[in-house]
Amino acid sequence: MAASPEPPPGAASCSGCHAVSAGTKTTVPRIQGRIAADIVAAMAAFRSGARTATVMDRVAKGFTDDETQAIAAWFAAQK
Amino acid sequence: MTKTRSTRRAFLRSGAAAATATLLPMPAIAQAAPRVLVIGGGFAGATCARALKLLVPRTHVTLVEPNSIFTACPFSNDVIAGLRDIKVQQFTYDKIRREVTFIRQAATKVDPQKRTVDLGDGASHGYDRLILAPGIDLRWDGVPGYDEAAAKKMPHAWKAGEQTQLLRRQLEAMKDGGLVVISAPANPYRCPPGPYERASLIAHYLKTKKPKSKLIILDAKDAFSKQRLFQNAWKELYPDIIEWVSLSKGGKVASVDPATNTFVTDFGKHTANVGNVIPPQKAGRIAELAGVTDRTGWCPIDPSTFESKQQPGIHVIGDATIAGGMPKSAFTANAQAKVCAAAVAKLLAGEVPVQPKLINTCYSLVAPDYGINVAGVYRPVNGVLTEVEGSGGVSPIDAPREIRKLEAAYAESWFRTITAEVFG
Ligand SMILES: Cc1cc2nc3c(=O)[nH]c(=O)nc-3n(C[C@H](O)[C@H](O)[C@H](O)COP(=O)(O)OP(=O)(O)OC[C@H]3O[C@@H](n4cnc5c(N)ncnc54)[C@H](O)[C@@H]3O)c2cc1C
Ligand code: HEC
Repeated sequence: MAASPEPPPGAASCSGCHAVSAGTKTTVPRIQGRIAADIVAAMAAFRSGARTATVMDRVAKGFTDDETQAIAAWFAAQK
Repeated sequence: MTKTRSTRRAFLRSGAAAATATLLPMPAIAQAAPRVLVIGGGFAGATCARALKLLVPRTHVTLVEPNSIFTACPFSNDVIAGLRDIKVQQFTYDKIRREVTFIRQAATKVDPQKRTVDLGDGASHGYDRLILAPGIDLRWDGVPGYDEAAAKKMPHAWKAGEQTQLLRRQLEAMKDGGLVVISAPANPYRCPPGPYERASLIAHYLKTKKPKSKLIILDAKDAFSKQRLFQNAWKELYPDIIEWVSLSKGGKVASVDPATNTFVTDFGKHTANVGNVIPPQKAGRIAELAGVTDRTGWCPIDPSTFESKQQPGIHVIGDATIAGGMPKSAFTANAQAKVCAAAVAKLLAGEVPVQPKLINTCYSLVAPDYGINVAGVYRPVNGVLTEVEGSGGVSPIDAPREIRKLEAAYAESWFRTITAEVFG
């Protein structure tokens, strides 16, 4: 009964830029199926400015650590 | 049947399905799959129909849309500037038809009490939840002198398709040394940076093909989206071509005369060789007929579920909504649609929807290899979608050209990615 494959808050918006379908021609790096800790680390680096970005710095600043971890775990579980 | 339905409806509406499930005759509930109607197969509606079906496969999802081909507005300014074929903007519903029921009709009437929607073919469809995603309609009473007939002479090109191609043809036919005038409306309207991206790309066309020509933007505002980025780029790329006339400098158009292609302001007249009127807008008409618009012409919604604040059981997503800080964009429409699908799935299951978080990003091209963006992250605060403090903002003002080039490539990637998710 429960709507189970539902992404955590915020995660559904990421696929606007990060392609889910393998056939999409894109220069934006893919994040689904990546190791959760790597996604979390990248988001932290974008947020702190340690890693330069064209847009992810301003996106990452909109999410708390907990939210980022939930999103990262969800993307890591997507194939 | 009718009785079962109304019982189930009341039950679904009560939001207490889980708690009372054991008290009701189970087979009746288990058999009746919930019926969700989605009106409008654009960025919001097509996304929502598919997302809901994916989340809760047993739902009967029906998508109602009068066109068999969707023509996307994002990147349509490239078509106007001669940089892109309109075919790249066009998408069919072939994939979507395999996942949900697709009815090629326009919705003509909504009865929120009976929970039915009438279609152009006269058929009436019942629903448990209705999702309205009709996009915008133009306010034909917004600029005196500008009506549907005038739009054939002075295109708006704010709904992509024939209008986009008309504006393109007019620019092609214009002589070198001609004057292009674009009038931009007051907020809110579809795609806040759109008029300025259009001005930029038309200026690019003029600079390369008709360098003696000029472009004037007559604006009903004193400030606009990504303004400094646009204006810096104009200074660098199109210093002798683009002139922006703000509201306080007399930019507001009081009337137009399509017979002579003239824009009249309180400060004077501009007679254009090519005149592009971007008129004020409102939610697509079906929203008004459903009673979900307020006096602004747009639809107030609950920011967690996108359920109308005026009609329970009806959700509104995309450009038609009043979405707090979120601008009317295809990115926003797609993001809202996914949140709405998840909320409707929860409501149908008698569960409580979660507090969502949404992102918007609008890329604009100032030249084919010069992209800029504005981004924001939003969450409900006191019933209003509000930008998360410290997040969001625009591309850096001093970024080098290679970053602008990278952004132009990201913009194209975004278009391919989102259209693949919505229609592919
Ligand atoms: C020039 C221009 C450039 C743009 N560039 C960008 C950009 O770069 N990035 C970006 O994110 N956004 C951009 N936008 C904005 C974007 O196009 C809209 O925000 C987006 O289309 C909104 O999606 P929607 O689903 O609400 O409406 P739409 O996409 O317009 O879809 C509405 C659908 O509903 C259907 N419909 C209407 N009434 C009925 C009815 N009664 N019954 C059945 N169906 C109905 C229509 O046929 C249509 O298919 C741009 C817009 C313009 C004009
Ligand atoms: C507007 C488009 C856009 C949105 C929305 C977006 N991203 Fe990104 N993402 C990018 C781009 C572009 C890059 C490359 C870095 C840059 O220039 O910002 C990137 C890079 C990343 C990376 C680094 C990947 C790598 O291989 O190095 C991660 C992780 C990431 N994004 C996660 C996310 C998450 C999680 C979300 C949703 C909360 C998200 N992104 C939303 C465009 C986007």
